[in-house]
Amino acid sequence: MSIYSPEADWLRPPHGAERVWIGLAFTWCLVMFIAMPYWHFYGKQNSTGESYRVQPGAFAQRVQQFVATHRVGDMNGIPVVEPPPGSDAYLQAQMWSWYPILKLRKGQTYRVHISSIDLQHGFSLQPINMNFQILPGYDHVLTLTPTSAGEFTIICNEFCGIGHHLMTGRILVDE
Amino acid sequence: MTTSTIDSDIPSRPTGNHAPGQVRSCDTTGLPVCLTAQRFIKLHAVVAIVFLLIGGIGAILLALTRWPAVHLLPAEWYYRILTLHGLDMLIVMILNFEIAILYFVGPVLLNSRLFSAKLAWIAFLLMLVGSVIVNVTILAGTSDVLMTSYVPLQAHPAFYLGLIITAVGTLLGVFNYFGTLYIAMRDHTYEGSVPLVTFGGTAAAIIAVGALLHGAIALVPTWLWSLGLIGSIDPAWYRIAWWGLGHMSQQVNVCAMVAVWYLLATITTGAKPLSEAVCRGAFVLYILFINLASAHHHLVDPGVGAAWKIWNSGYAMYLAVLASMVHGFTVPASIEVAMRSKGHTRGLFGWLIAAPWSNPGFSGFFLSLVIFGFGGGITGVVLGTQQINIMAHNTLRIPGHFHVTVVGGTALAFMALTYYLVPLIFQREFYARALCRIQPWLFGGGISFMAIAMSFAGSFGVPRRHWDVEFTGAQLSAGFDSGAHVMLGLMGIGAIIAVAGLLLFVGLVVAAVFFGKSNAGRPMEAWHTEPPVAASTSEPDSGQLGTPGTMTLVLIFLLVFVVYYFANWLWLSDVWQVR
Repeated sequence: MSIYSPEADWLRPPHGAERVWIGLAFTWCLVMFIAMPYWHFYGKQNSTGESYRVQPGAFAQRVQQFVATHRVGDMNGIPVVEPPPGSDAYLQAQMWSWYPILKLRKGQTYRVHISSIDLQHGFSLQPINMNFQILPGYDHVLTLTPTSAGEFTIICNEFCGIGHHLMTGRILVDE
Repeated sequence: MTTSTIDSDIPSRPTGNHAPGQVRSCDTTGLPVCLTAQRFIKLHAVVAIVFLLIGGIGAILLALTRWPAVHLLPAEWYYRILTLHGLDMLIVMILNFEIAILYFVGPVLLNSRLFSAKLAWIAFLLMLVGSVIVNVTILAGTSDVLMTSYVPLQAHPAFYLGLIITAVGTLLGVFNYFGTLYIAMRDHTYEGSVPLVTFGGTAAAIIAVGALLHGAIALVPTWLWSLGLIGSIDPAWYRIAWWGLGHMSQQVNVCAMVAVWYLLATITTGAKPLSEAVCRGAFVLYILFINLASAHHHLVDPGVGAAWKIWNSGYAMYLAVLASMVHGFTVPASIEVAMRSKGHTRGLFGWLIAAPWSNPGFSGFFLSLVIFGFGGGITGVVLGTQQINIMAHNTLRIPGHFHVTVVGGTALAFMALTYYLVPLIFQREFYARALCRIQPWLFGGGISFMAIAMSFAGSFGVPRRHWDVEFTGAQLSAGFDSGAHVMLGLMGIGAIIAVAGLLLFVGLVVAAVFFGKSNAGRPMEAWHTEPPVAASTSEPDSGQLGTPGTMTLVLIFLLVFVVYYFANWLWLSDVWQVR
């Protein structure tokens, strides 16, 4: 009875079905525990958390410089910026926009630096459904390789005040 | 319940340490009830029910806002009520219920008096005052920061202060429990080891101390910052410290829920743990490893690296998950053994069919076990897998997960316990017993339906904590396809059913507590009458052959787990490459 003190010799190993189940469950736990490091080395989708300290003002300056250097057009009044494949790209999160619009090439790899200049934000790429946390003071670097072409939406999925639902952005991917 | 189940097994007990007139013998179970403990169990239970009602009203407002076709609340009220719902349910309601449980599993099960009535008053009043401050501050519109209050988003200083006061009160309640353990041991009020349920309660109390200290570490500096006494708070540091409170307190809930499972399995079916050592060992694994899981909130964060994420996300070697899988076996297995030994030996599941389903204390607890295991447990491990979290972080998959752990699991188990708490501690009988029998199904069914719809919507990318997924007025248009909208509608329907179950529960409890027939001096009315069983020709099985039904159930569980786990890796391999 679990509501009364057990017999004095309660410290006994399990046997029978209980022992079999513990063995099975622990084996499954080990499989799951190995899966993560395996994917870290051999899988193509990882969140390594590569990040650097950065002052919000300094980050905003890098974004401006990036936009000035690689701007190729506008969309709804927002600059569209096309960084050369293999180079660094910058994306600024703020209440309530993602700036600028990035134009990338399918199959090319970019180091996308994302940071916030005010509150915490959530980088959520749709409809691919990839999500990363963005913090002020941290330059979060995603080494990103688009594997599909088209027009993709960035929304914010970390609450950032009353206009949270207005915070959208774009990534354009050419073949 | 059948009173004979309990009476026949009562061991002879040493005398307690109660002052004369400060204890009564339970008329149903024969357990010695410390009257001081009883008073505080009642007080904390009443506060829990009140905040459950407030949180439940919040829940329906939120669900009807997230249903795009209804879109009930304006944006600011949506975030305000979301802040209120989270804190009232996950902090105020559940902590009050847990203190009530500790005051039961300590004094009553150990045959001891409560350590200190004064301390209990201080703890109770601090918890109440803190909670009222938090509620008033939120409703006044000064602290629309959501439950997590992630810096640099800033709330009114009273918001943090209220939370700190609540946490201090809870901590004092937990110390009162530890004090009770000490005087019970000192006065030899019990023989040998503490009962399993008390052991589980103690594990929950130990984890609670860790959780509440993290709360102080996160919130005290943040409070000083809101007063302008500290320049700034690092957002990454805050997240890690806050989730030390936020996630560990969920582990308190898991631990307390499992203790309640063992308690209800015993009092509804007479079940005995198969192996005390295994059950206790599993609780020890919780204490040692379950807190690592607070890393599940930082799997796609900057500031922490892959090794940190993988080690912590994997609970060392999933040892806390192992503990839950062990409890998930031993609880039904102990019921199977108890039912088979009563003669319900037919087939694989004859014991389960013959279980006391007309007893809401049993049906509520067993539904909690199934919903927590198949729903909350599996999704929790999968979403908490480091890389898979890329597809889940801050989407509706996350609340989809925790509504089947903490609501369909913990809250439902606590509701099931209430069907004994009211007759045995308040000594009042329930009215409308047919409605009592339906209530766990209504609540458990509604919340499961809602959570499944949320999980699907989240898989389509729909964010959590978001007022308008049609993004009306955004400079760059955005939105989701019709599949996501259908899921959000289904989520609303599930929420309506679940809240109906919640309101029914509150109504039944209020009617019983304030207007119910007193049963003082006689046993409570049984929820279930055991039907006579035809004498079995063969001896009841024991040992290895004793639990084939449970073994089948857990193998089905493992199969579902494995399939869902690898399906998610497959989906992950389809998204853009990222490092």
